[in-house]
Amino acid sequence: MPEAERVLMAGEARGPMLHLEEPISFWGGLDPWTGIIIDQAHPQVGESIVGRILLLPAGRGSSSGSSVLTEVLRAGIGPAGIVMQHADEILVIGALVAEELYDITVPIFTVDDATYRDLARADAVVMAPDGTITTG
Amino acid sequence: MPLTLDDRDQALLNGDGGPAAALAMRVVSRTAEVMRAERLVDITGAHIDSCLYNGQASVDFPRRLAEGGAQVVVPSTLNVSSLDLIHPELFRGDAHTASQGRLLMELYEGMGCRPTFTCAPYQHDNRPNPGEHVAWAESNAIVFANSVLGARTHRYGDFLDISAAITGRAPLAGLHLDEHRRATVVFDVGAVPERLITLDAFYPLLGHHIGKRVGRSVPVVVGGPDQVPEHLLKALGAAGAAAGALAMFHFVGSTPEAPTLEAALGGAPAAETHVVTAADLRLARDQLTTSTSSRLGVVSLGTPHYSVAEFGRVVDVLDDRQVHPHVRLYINTGRSVANEIALRGWVARLEASGVQIVTDTCTYITPIMEDVEGVAMTDSAKWAYYAPGNLGLDVAFGSVEECIESAVRGEIVRDDGVWVDA
Repeated sequence: MPEAERVLMAGEARGPMLHLEEPISFWGGLDPWTGIIIDQAHPQVGESIVGRILLLPAGRGSSSGSSVLTEVLRAGIGPAGIVMQHADEILVIGALVAEELYDITVPIFTVDDATYRDLARADAVVMAPDGTITTG
Repeated sequence: MPLTLDDRDQALLNGDGGPAAALAMRVVSRTAEVMRAERLVDITGAHIDSCLYNGQASVDFPRRLAEGGAQVVVPSTLNVSSLDLIHPELFRGDAHTASQGRLLMELYEGMGCRPTFTCAPYQHDNRPNPGEHVAWAESNAIVFANSVLGARTHRYGDFLDISAAITGRAPLAGLHLDEHRRATVVFDVGAVPERLITLDAFYPLLGHHIGKRVGRSVPVVVGGPDQVPEHLLKALGAAGAAAGALAMFHFVGSTPEAPTLEAALGGAPAAETHVVTAADLRLARDQLTTSTSSRLGVVSLGTPHYSVAEFGRVVDVLDDRQVHPHVRLYINTGRSVANEIALRGWVARLEASGVQIVTDTCTYITPIMEDVEGVAMTDSAKWAYYAPGNLGLDVAFGSVEECIESAVRGEIVRDDGVWVDA
């Protein structure tokens, strides 16, 4: 069973997976009012992150990505969980402030390269608090 | 080794400094754990990106801090906000956003932050010295602090910035530490033709190219000129931080931790070397241009906020000519630079030419520009990257000379001669 390399934010999530094939900046890359990807240069432009488990290589771009993640979680249009190849402090800060302010937890795990490649073929994912990941 | 907090940190966490300081210390210490810091470090300053309104969460966090009695304990500058308080009539958004934007500015000022409202705090006085630990957010400011000033900040996001300012502490990890500041990836520009390397636009295009390739690694540029002016290093860093996650670069002969290639690499061999070609820069220019139409609607300069030197260049190139009546030319800058150029008489000259100066905010983050018919042109790779998504516009990247000539003529003119054979 795939396991997280690191559990950056512990929590539980299940949902359909959205594989973001390139790094994304949540600010400027995501419409904070709808949860739709608006980065015109991103391969997944036009996709919705709402309720999905995001699989992405890394973060990128703006420091305001933290507040955009907090805001979409507050508004109920955030991702269910985040699985990354490389840790991104900007997203983790947004997630931990959502927990502090609103008691909303979005799990964030990192995975090694082989696990990342395996997960990229999955349609749906369950993230468990102990870091195990089940695909479906 | 897990994170160890000292007695002062622990006291704040326990609530000895009040609930706001406890919240701020939780944010700093939890971020430190994610960064695998073994302890926190004192900072000498902070730059607060969180004063841009991105919805209710942007207000809820500083309000919680302010209600808990928080005050910053280090000099703290404020980033751009959603409003231009010097030219409030420029704002064309809704009343709720305006009122929330203003509330945010007041909340952060109330906690003791300086009302600088600029993404280029390094163009202010009191900038940090080499080796000083700071907590800066705003992607271009982070890369400038690390690369050009030699100060030390990690790639921080909103909320951590103000939390560090309130506690005076940051995680001692990442780019705060020598071992993570050494370059591992070399970009050799020695083979780029002279006619391209002497263009100002070379720097943002190179930054875009590097940002796309470097991930979280620290790159070093070798084979370029010595003593590159600050505004060009700023353009390189801003482009790389928008296209990628660039938080620090070295430029041999120009940045303080890169007197030589060997010094930038810390004596270790490079993990990767990329030879930059004219075609790479041409591709960057093409990626930053979404339309080939010559129909020009608007020109925006000053992302990051223009410096006095950059305004001097505009004054020289524009030379008191009139901006075409069908085109708007906006230049974004901070209050302190706006004051300085007013004293030099440049604001009056630029306004007489039809230039609109924007302070405190930026044309790509808030509704300021009037309805645009035609392509938006910019000398900023960062603006060109974000504007199509944020504003729904087509963009064309050009040099500052091309942007100004286009604004005067009322259509996009670009000097393609230098790009032939690229």
